[in-house]
Amino acid sequence: MSKGEIVLGCLAPHPPHVVYAENPEQNEAFAEGGWETLRWGYHRLARKLKNIDYDAMVIFTPHWQTYIGTHFLGLPKFKSKSVDPVFPNLFRYNYDISVDVDLAEEMRSAAAEAGIITKMMRNPDFRVDYGTITSCHMLNPEWDKPIVTISSNRNAHYYSAEVMNEQAGALGEACAKAIENSGKKVVLISSHSLSHRHFVTESPLPEDMSREHIYNHSQYVWDMKLVELMREGKMREVIDIIPEFTEQTIAETEAGGLTWMMAAMGFPEFSAEIYGYQSVIGTGNLIAAWDPNSKTREIVL
Amino acid sequence: MDEEPEILFGIYCPPHPQPLLSPDENSGYRKLRDSFELCKSRIEESGADIILVYSTTWPSIVGHQIQAHPNPTWTHVDDDFHYLGSMPYSFKIDTEFANKYMECCKERGLHSRTVSYDGFPIDTGSIVALKLLNPENKIPACIVSSNMYANRAETIVLGKAARDAIKSQKKKAVVVVVSSLSNRMFTEHIDPSEDRIHSAKDDEWNKKILEFFGDGRLEDISQLSRDIHNQIRVSKVVAYKPAWWLAATMGQHNNYDGEVLAYEALHGSGGAVIMLTPSKGSVGDKEFDEDDVEYYHGDREVLSKEII
Ligand SMILES: [Fe+2]
Repeated sequence: MSKGEIVLGCLAPHPPHVVYAENPEQNEAFAEGGWETLRWGYHRLARKLKNIDYDAMVIFTPHWQTYIGTHFLGLPKFKSKSVDPVFPNLFRYNYDISVDVDLAEEMRSAAAEAGIITKMMRNPDFRVDYGTITSCHMLNPEWDKPIVTISSNRNAHYYSAEVMNEQAGALGEACAKAIENSGKKVVLISSHSLSHRHFVTESPLPEDMSREHIYNHSQYVWDMKLVELMREGKMREVIDIIPEFTEQTIAETEAGGLTWMMAAMGFPEFSAEIYGYQSVIGTGNLIAAWDPNSKTREIVL
Repeated sequence: MDEEPEILFGIYCPPHPQPLLSPDENSGYRKLRDSFELCKSRIEESGADIILVYSTTWPSIVGHQIQAHPNPTWTHVDDDFHYLGSMPYSFKIDTEFANKYMECCKERGLHSRTVSYDGFPIDTGSIVALKLLNPENKIPACIVSSNMYANRAETIVLGKAARDAIKSQKKKAVVVVVSSLSNRMFTEHIDPSEDRIHSAKDDEWNKKILEFFGDGRLEDISQLSRDIHNQIRVSKVVAYKPAWWLAATMGQHNNYDGEVLAYEALHGSGGAVIMLTPSKGSVGDKEFDEDDVEYYHGDREVLSKEII
C-alpha cells in the first residue's frame, strides 16, 4: 500500500448565510442571494477540488464543542435535519452524510497514542453540526465523498489560547500520521471565520448587502495581517500569533482548527491560495487553500 | 402601587444530562434526580400556569431568542455525553406567552425574537429541566436563551421584561434557571462512581453561594455575580448571568425561603437543585455597588464619530 497523503488543506468558513444564499434544495429557507464574494470564492475552490483525486474530507469544526477530549464521528451514515440554533431563519438543512469510519478510527487511535483524550461518537441520533454541513456543502455540493468530523475540544475556555494551540497542534500531527498510514488521499478542512465579533441585530432582510460590513476596523486590520502572512507562506508565524489574534478579535480560531490543519501539513512555507474575504453579520471570513503540489498550486486572488 | 406579578417560586438546577440519563451511576446523580422530582411535585401542586426557563446552555447572538413552537419535538443528543443515550422530547410551549415576552423585551429596548421551527435544536439544559420538572407537559412552558454578548444591564432588563410579561398575562409562574455553579468539568472520561467537585476551591465557593441561597439572599448573589464568574466559571461567556436574570425576574430582593435540595458533582462541575419561595422578612441586604437599570440602550458608542 502506498503512503496516504494530505492533498489539500482548506480554510472554509461556515456562516450558514452562504448556504442560505445558494438556495440548495436541501435547505428550507429561501434567499434572494447575498455574500457573493464568499460564495463565488467557494465555487472556484470547489472546481479546483473536482480536479483533485481524493478519498475523504476530514473536517475540524467549532460547532461540535466537547470539553471531555476530542470526539470523532463513528457511524457510517447520518441522515437528519440540521437547524442552526442562532440563525434558524436561514438554515434548516436536510442532510444525508457518509462517514469514513475506518479513517476516523485510525485518527482516533493515533491521537490516543499521542496522549490525547478521545472518544468515538456512535449514537445514531446525533445531529451533525452546521459548521460541518456548511463548509462541506460549499466545497462539495454533490456530497459524493465521505467525511470525518472531528470535534473541537475547548481548551481555550479551560486553560488558555496557548494550551489550545499546543493541543490542536499535537492532534494535527497525530491525524497526519494516521492519514499517512491509511494509504488514503485526504482533504483537510478547517471550518471557521477569522475575526468573530457578531452584530447582535439582524436586518429585516438578512441578505441585504447594503447592511453588511466588518464589526470594526481593528478586526479587519488583524484579519488582513493574517492574510498577508498566509500569502507570504509564513504559516509557522501565523500559528505563533494565533493566541494573540484570537484574544484581540474574539476569533473563531479559538477552537483550534487552523492550528490543527497547519500542524498536520507541517506548517507550509509556500503561499496560500486566497479565494475571497468578506464579512458576514460583522465577522471576518476568509476562504483559503494550501496546495502541497507545486505543479497545481495557483495564485488565485 | 402596581400589582406585582405572581411568581410562585424559582428553581435553580444543573444542565448536565446525568440526572436524566444515568441517575444510578452515582448516588449524587440520584440525589439530584430525587430533588428534581420533588420540585416536579411542588410545581404540580402549586397551581402554576407557566414554567419559564432561562438556560445557560442555549446561547444566542442575534438578541434574545424565545422558544415559541407550540410543540417542539425531536430526539436530542448531547455533544459530550452522547454515550449516555438520546433524549427524545415533546414539549408544550405557551406561544402566546412567548410572543408577549418578546414584546415586553422590545418595550425595554432589547432586541428579541421568537423561534418556531420544526427541528430547532433545544439545548441539553432545557431538555433535562423540562423532562424532569414537567414530564407530562401538565403545565405549558417557555424557554429564553442566554445571549453570548449580553452583560449585566442587558440581562437584568431581560429579567424585568419576563416580569412584565408574567404580570400582563396574569400568569402564576414558576421560573427556572438552568446553570451549574462552578462549571469546570474533568477534561477526561471518569468512572461516574468517582465523580467529585473538580477542586477544593470550586467546592468552597459553591458552598458559600449555597449558604446565600439557603438564606434566600438571591439579590446578594446577583450582586456577587462578577466575583463568582472570576472565581469559579471557565471563560466560555463574558459573565455569570443566571443570577442576574433570576433575581431581576423574581423582584430584586432577599426575601425568600431558600431550600438547597441537593448539591453534587456532575463530571467535576457543581450541580445544585435549589428552590426559592418568596416570603416575608429579609436577611439584611448587602451594599449594592452597581446601578439598577430599567431600559437597555444598546452598546455605548464610545468610539462614535462625533467623539473622534
Ligand atoms: Fe461558527
